[in-house]
Amino acid sequence: MTEHNLRNFAVNFGPQHPAAHGVLRLVLELDGEVVERVDPHIGLLHRGTEKLMEARTYVQNVPYFDRLDYVAPMNQEHAFCLAIERMLGITVPRRAQLIRVLFAEIGRLLSHLLNVTTQVMDVGALTPPLWGFEEREKLMVFYERASGARMHANYFRPGGVHSDLPRQLVEDIGGFCEPFLKVLDDLSDLFIDNRIFKQRNVDIGVVTLEECWKWGFSGVMVRGSGAAWDLRKSQPYECYEEMDFDIPVGTNGDNYDRQVIRMEEMRQSTRIMQQCVAKLLAPENQGPVHAREGKLTPPSRAEMKRSMEALIHHFKLFTEGFHVPAGEIYAAVETPKGEFGVYLVSDGSDKPYRCKIKAPGFAHLQAMDFMCRGHMLADVSAILGSIDIVFGEVDR
Amino acid sequence: MSTEAGSLADLGAAIVAAHPGADIVATVRFDELTLVVDSSRFVDVVRFLRDDPACLFINFTDLCGVDYPQRPKRFDVVLHLLSPKHNRRIRVKTMTDEVTPVPSLIDVFPAANWFERETYDLYGILFSGHPDLRRILTDYGFEGHPLRKDFPMTGFVEVRWDDQEKRVVNEPVRLTQEFRNWDFLSPWEGIEIAALPGDEKASQ
Repeated sequence: MTEHNLRNFAVNFGPQHPAAHGVLRLVLELDGEVVERVDPHIGLLHRGTEKLMEARTYVQNVPYFDRLDYVAPMNQEHAFCLAIERMLGITVPRRAQLIRVLFAEIGRLLSHLLNVTTQVMDVGALTPPLWGFEEREKLMVFYERASGARMHANYFRPGGVHSDLPRQLVEDIGGFCEPFLKVLDDLSDLFIDNRIFKQRNVDIGVVTLEECWKWGFSGVMVRGSGAAWDLRKSQPYECYEEMDFDIPVGTNGDNYDRQVIRMEEMRQSTRIMQQCVAKLLAPENQGPVHAREGKLTPPSRAEMKRSMEALIHHFKLFTEGFHVPAGEIYAAVETPKGEFGVYLVSDGSDKPYRCKIKAPGFAHLQAMDFMCRGHMLADVSAILGSIDIVFGEVDR
Repeated sequence: MSTEAGSLADLGAAIVAAHPGADIVATVRFDELTLVVDSSRFVDVVRFLRDDPACLFINFTDLCGVDYPQRPKRFDVVLHLLSPKHNRRIRVKTMTDEVTPVPSLIDVFPAANWFERETYDLYGILFSGHPDLRRILTDYGFEGHPLRKDFPMTGFVEVRWDDQEKRVVNEPVRLTQEFRNWDFLSPWEGIEIAALPGDEKASQ
């Protein structure tokens, strides 16, 4: 082939591609099979969440957070509730804190199970997703039994959680944990040491720690590159301080480390869940799941039937809603995908003046360009899988 | 983090002292440190925050806009940074209007690229020195900046598939029901007494 016959290819990857994990359009510039430039086009799932939120009360805005990262819905609600509670200076009752931590960890399992197993599918294995989704199904039943919805739960509310958990449900979640650890071992056997899985992931998509920080990474991406940075430990919220768990940390910052970390994080999450279950069943941790200060949460049904005050409170809460003092706050939680933050600006009324949603996936996807450069075309989907993208939160 | 409120104020004072003539305002509220910086010194201050050993805010967290249409400089550009070393966060704000560009932070933090594109897309805030200030979240060919307060919630155009033309067409939005903005704010709270009709005669 002569010199002038050589030309670069531009390939459209997506928006309808099973390995794009949603509606992502990647414009890839290729030299042969080597990627020279990646230009992700996002926004195909943009629903204007931030604009919509400015016209709704705080209570009405909670369900929007389920629809961001829809594989771990309650973790997002958590950030929004924390932002409101911090501005109002309200402490959530202990039982509600335990329930929140329990369901935040269930959310972590939901997300990691989906991500790890589908990334394995992206590099060629079919069985892991089938095994993983079976467990996800059980977890979503727990979601349903707590909130009535398998995914879009609207369960964490400012000032607590929507309703208390039945004892049977807590016991069933406790019963889920031990067999689940066995499933995790089986899953590890299935692919972690698999030769093909290693060939596709070891030394692929390497990021150094310095790059991680300046590209705005968080969560597993940072831990894969060697920083023991986890908001649950470093800036603990709710009752994470008293939970006993470890932070797995990688050394190479490649795809493989990230997936091994996710597997280990699921074991740690299960440990936290077991501790929460034990505490929730303990007699000293029975009690209310709503903060009574500030009229953030509705009165009980029975109370409403008897008390005019309670009836008025209920009516005002679900029409006007509560007011948040003027000011601004940034509240972040460690979601499965990284640091999910809510920057809330309030003008003192019952609606947020501005609510910026900081999604971890947005910064991670941005880095696709430098992570993929010089890699082969087939590595693009492996890298994309390992940075754990969900378009609900990237596009908002 | 509540124990750090004092040290946050000290840090704010130290940052202000390190930039004489820069007119930085540092405030601490809800245990969070906020700096308000003039846009001409924005990049300098952020670079200082990244490199100074007492700051080391090396992790880019977020950059976004906020719209206050009643102000002459209507937009806030709000930057959040995190220092993993000192386990602290900081917020840096600067103000601008529709036509004055804010210097881009790309040289300090490459992560600013998409966040500035998003801010441009949603608010129309311009960033000087940005290599690729395209729209990012809205549709190809979208007009307007949807998160501005004067942009209507329903937008101006709606999209549909035209079966005759076999393509997607944009048309002016037609609402079967007018957009309803529920205002449940209690009329009795926080009311200015002088604003009641008839009251202005009371002082005469």
